[in-house]
Amino acid sequence: MAAKTIDTNQPSKFSKFMRRNYGFLFIIVWLFGFLVFRMYPFLSSLYYSFTDFHLFKGISEYGLMNYKEIFASDKIMSSLGITFSYAFITVPLKLAFALFIAYILNYKIKGVSIFRTAYYIPSILGGSVAIAVLWKALFRDEGLINAVIRAFGGEGINWLAEPDYALFIISLLRVWQFGSAMVLFLAALKGVSQDLYEAATIDGASKATQFFKITVPLITPVVFYNLVTQLCQAFQEFNGPYIITQGGPRGATTLLSLLIYNRAFQDYEMGMASAMAWVLFVIVMVLSLIAFVSQKYWVYYGDEK
Amino acid sequence: MNYTQKQKLGTVIKYIILIAVGFIMVYPLIWMVGATFKTNNEIFSNLTPFTAHPTLDGYKNAMNDYGGSINIFKAMFNTYSYVLPKVIFTVISATLTAYGFGRFNFVGRNVLFAALMATLFLPQVVMNVPQFILYNNFGWVDSEIYLPLIIPSLFAFDTYFVFMLIQFLRGIPRELDEAATIDGCNSIQTLIKVICPMLKPAMVSCALFQFMWSSNDYMGPLLYVKTPSNYPAAIFVRLSMDADTGFDWNRVLAVSLISIIPSLVVFFCAQKQFIEGISAGSVKG
Repeated sequence: MAAKTIDTNQPSKFSKFMRRNYGFLFIIVWLFGFLVFRMYPFLSSLYYSFTDFHLFKGISEYGLMNYKEIFASDKIMSSLGITFSYAFITVPLKLAFALFIAYILNYKIKGVSIFRTAYYIPSILGGSVAIAVLWKALFRDEGLINAVIRAFGGEGINWLAEPDYALFIISLLRVWQFGSAMVLFLAALKGVSQDLYEAATIDGASKATQFFKITVPLITPVVFYNLVTQLCQAFQEFNGPYIITQGGPRGATTLLSLLIYNRAFQDYEMGMASAMAWVLFVIVMVLSLIAFVSQKYWVYYGDEK
Repeated sequence: MNYTQKQKLGTVIKYIILIAVGFIMVYPLIWMVGATFKTNNEIFSNLTPFTAHPTLDGYKNAMNDYGGSINIFKAMFNTYSYVLPKVIFTVISATLTAYGFGRFNFVGRNVLFAALMATLFLPQVVMNVPQFILYNNFGWVDSEIYLPLIIPSLFAFDTYFVFMLIQFLRGIPRELDEAATIDGCNSIQTLIKVICPMLKPAMVSCALFQFMWSSNDYMGPLLYVKTPSNYPAAIFVRLSMDADTGFDWNRVLAVSLISIIPSLVVFFCAQKQFIEGISAGSVKG
């Protein structure tokens, strides 16, 4: 064992402070990155949102004009509406699917790991451009889905060219990636004690009652986690509509993120794009906040607290 | 119907559902593999992944250069030339940060930890514009060595991984650190010799997820890579789809499939870590 030298002098206040706080050194790298790559851009975009900052022309005007334009523009408002419909189609469908499949997998079933892997593959690859290309191959007019429908004597639908369907097809790409939400649900379901089900069965509760009165309440923390993360993700969706439909047909899949991208990186109107991004940010924050505040009414944290 | 019969029926129904859903989940991918070996006339008329007349035309054409300066292999090389540094830097910086927050107390720790958690909920969509302006001021846009994609990962930029490691670190008993200190390890030695070996599964998960997410990332390269010879696979695949409007699908699908092969290989080699990784990163219910 290394011999320790004993310091006979009183340590200075500085060295005492250093000794108590040297753990700070481990996070200093993160802190630097946080300030430069997160905090500064975050605050500067709030500032830009009150200017007419153009990437090449700079700033010539300050004020609320961007926000006024946003709320006066039919195009932006309808795109906001589309963003909401997209999120409210995608998130519930995805979570319902994930929970349903996790619930079945939670029974003692042989080959659980094979099924789990199969269901998880789309989640891991789904964000890639390759899968967006595949989606287009499936749902184009002459695509696989229509070929299947026609083989059964039905009439094909030009999915991606019909404003009524296009958004749903884009949502479906994300619903198809329910794997990671499912894995989380499955882990939570495994944590629910079997005793509770046995007791409920003895008391004569049906499977459905057990599901809604025992299972769901006990896994609400994971429902909550999935809900917040998926909502956040859905409101920022970009790749699907950008690659598959380019926002069409007739603007039916123009999510706000696409408008922001166009404004910023095609028109270089950084001020306007920042303002739109902030509107989206505030919406996501408000929704998350509602979820957090409502937690105490529906999320069950057991005795841990 | 008695109880056991009912149970058996239930099991059968469950298998039917699982297999049906699994089929829907995976069939598009299998069909895609088959389609790359079909002629363009056959792709959408043959619903099965099998073909009586397999052809390698799709793959032959997939090797073509695009605009004379880039092909699929060059594009994939470009992708991994920033994905790999990003993975390594992320694991190192996120481990350091997690160790700092998970094991030490210092002035302002709670405020900084709250800031760390808040960034988890900070949507990237607000950050794209100002980050672009910042990197543009640094002269990083269209950098040959992908600076805007790599440099932030040196600073534990993806806080999700820090969070995941902190969660895991909580499960490692502090007595181990204390024993190491008594044996004369300083805190860096403790980190390297005691914590890292214990934390290894979580670090592997971080590396795997960062690998997948950065290989799939489209927005980053779209904003920061402008020179065609530097295009990564994500951009290249998109371009090859745009270039062929509608008739050369075996080539387009072959390009797409080639581009995800490394991800598929990594996934199949490390499925377990992926599944455990997601569970480790979430709140413990």
